[in-house]
Amino acid sequence: MSMLLLKNGLVVDPSQGISEKMDILIQGDKIAKVAKNIEASQEMKTIDLTGKVITPGFIDLHVHIREPGFEHKETILTGSMAAVRGGFTGIACMPNTNPIIDNEGNLELIKARANRYNLTNIYPIAAVTKGQKGQEITEYGILKEAGAIALSDDGLNIESAQVMRKALDYAKIFDLLIISHCEDQSLAGSGVMHEGFMSTKLGLAGIPALAEEMIIDRDIRLAELTKGKIHIAHVSTREGVEIIRRAKAKGIKVTAEAAPHHFVLTHEAVASYDTNTKVYPPLREKEDVAAIIKGLADGTLDAIATDHAPHAREEKEVEYELAPPGISGLETALPLAWQYLYLPGHLSLLELVACLSTKPAQILGIDRGTLQEGKVADITVIDPQKTEKVDPQSFYSMGRNTPFKGWELQGWPVMTIKDGQIKMENGRIVE
Amino acid sequence: MAIKSKDLISLQDLSLDEINQILTNAKSMKEIIQRDIKKVPTLRGKAIVNLFYENSTRTRSSFELAGKYMGADVINITASASSVVKGESLWDTGKTINSMGVDVVVIRHPSSGAPYILGQAVEARVINAGDGTHEHPTQGLLDIFTVLDYKGALQGKKVAIIGDILHSRVARSDIIGFNALGADCWVCGPPTLLPAKVNELGVKVTWNIEEALTDADVVIMLRIQLERQKKGAFPSIREYAKLYGLNSKNLSLAKKDALVMHPGPINRGVEISADVADSLQSVINEQVQNGVAIRMALLYLMMGGGNVNVIA
Repeated sequence: MSMLLLKNGLVVDPSQGISEKMDILIQGDKIAKVAKNIEASQEMKTIDLTGKVITPGFIDLHVHIREPGFEHKETILTGSMAAVRGGFTGIACMPNTNPIIDNEGNLELIKARANRYNLTNIYPIAAVTKGQKGQEITEYGILKEAGAIALSDDGLNIESAQVMRKALDYAKIFDLLIISHCEDQSLAGSGVMHEGFMSTKLGLAGIPALAEEMIIDRDIRLAELTKGKIHIAHVSTREGVEIIRRAKAKGIKVTAEAAPHHFVLTHEAVASYDTNTKVYPPLREKEDVAAIIKGLADGTLDAIATDHAPHAREEKEVEYELAPPGISGLETALPLAWQYLYLPGHLSLLELVACLSTKPAQILGIDRGTLQEGKVADITVIDPQKTEKVDPQSFYSMGRNTPFKGWELQGWPVMTIKDGQIKMENGRIVE
Repeated sequence: MAIKSKDLISLQDLSLDEINQILTNAKSMKEIIQRDIKKVPTLRGKAIVNLFYENSTRTRSSFELAGKYMGADVINITASASSVVKGESLWDTGKTINSMGVDVVVIRHPSSGAPYILGQAVEARVINAGDGTHEHPTQGLLDIFTVLDYKGALQGKKVAIIGDILHSRVARSDIIGFNALGADCWVCGPPTLLPAKVNELGVKVTWNIEEALTDADVVIMLRIQLERQKKGAFPSIREYAKLYGLNSKNLSLAKKDALVMHPGPINRGVEISADVADSLQSVINEQVQNGVAIRMALLYLMMGGGNVNVIA
């Protein structure tokens, strides 16, 4: 059995409350030992990680992998490579592909292709409703058996409160989580950016924050009514955070995530009509950004999820209102979180890693997000000093649609280990 | 002095000095327009493309004549739906035009911000002739020019812009321009046609046309589009005309010498009554002539212009 010894790194594991300099011995695909000064021996491959941070592998709750159907934007292979480069040993993939993942056959296709590459764990999410039409619920029992990790109609709001109620109710049989993309489309209308001063100045149709907040409120109340499990995707507004905070205080079962672009950028970024800033929910105001950061810091928001949404260059090189929404986020998530959450002191190291690994694993109900002895050795190594400019041309993702091009960021993942095997080193995939 | 910014997409792209330079030049240009023989050779050998993705009679012919009076070669490309149907992107159309060695591209487009894409695709200088609900900077300039012609200065003058502010590119450019010259800007319309936080553009806001008109020096009426009614912005044209139409009665609240303006085309009997549109206070036709002069001045300055007196 192969043995890998990671020496002298700062081990940060929220699942055990550890944040100290230790060594980790990996035997086969499992963590064999976490202790100080583990003696190296001949049969071990030893890596000195002095000055580096060792964490349980990151898990992204929200990725659009695009295959099947949109392979010109991303494939399971390129998306997996992007994930591994970003430090993610697991990604939950949204079902809005073509065909939509609303039956076990489509779900098995994704799993089969993911297994072919064995780069990162792929957790497929199935649709809440058939064809994501928001009308008839899918076969949750059969889908769960086939490997669905959760349910979501992401990309679209479930307009009917009745349908959402039934979905939450029925999903309880299987303890399945419903991930909600909250946006009242009748209020959002033809909006393409946040409604506020910038939309007025730029003459672009606005989406009021209320369009998101009223559905967050609706879905949380429906979860309270049904005792179902709801997870709010990509929260972007201060009132949205407040609604979730109140619900949690009340004891309602709700979890929530925030995307890096929502805690880094405001609607000011749209000023030059750069279509890489077009995303749903849209970039909001500085008070919203502050509220998202506070929500992550106090645990109101449980996880950082990228909402990785790759698009082809020609699809984004169009008029703002015609461009598809989305940001390619897997390969910039950690340095953005490092620079905008950890370095300014908003989140401690333990809190940051909890948002990227331990809590997403708990939300999905998977036995990951931990460095406990005996668990699967999915590990991410961070170089806190590494400073680099974001270069979309270097992305493994086919989607180069990032508003962070050229940004100098600090704190990059430098090693990703899955099942005890090194999949990425210094930003490059290990073949 | 020439214009620094490569492209003129928003009136904010111009400094106050540049705006004044354009206004000064436009006076000489207006004199040329009034001549018997209008052609001057200033821009001979220069090429201008009018790239219009929307129907427009007045703006397109205004740019075309402005170029021709100055001796430039002007061609019109009505891109409208055809190239969209064929699937050519604005970026690629820009690249194509770029290969033809053009000096200035004038673009009218239904999407806000579209001229920015074109500006990145072409080496030629780009002039925005109206993009979606964003801006129409040459209309802003010609409106300022028209008012200055009558009022001499704008400092402290009350300018009331009335109608569909939400969808108006004219309003956005006018606000920037009039504010830059020190006017006291007001916007007025039903709340359903006022954009979010419009006051932050530096204007006073009212739903009440009487309040907007009281003691106004300049009244700018905007065209109301009928399809807005179907989208629920107001219940009927009848009620809109009653609440937000300019007529001789409510106009009497404005200063006696107030100017009545409209970017055209006008809906008689809707946002403006026929008698007001044709009254002595109305400078609507003057705006059209000034539009040509302003565009001549702008083209001249954007194609490297020196001292205008040499040509005049």
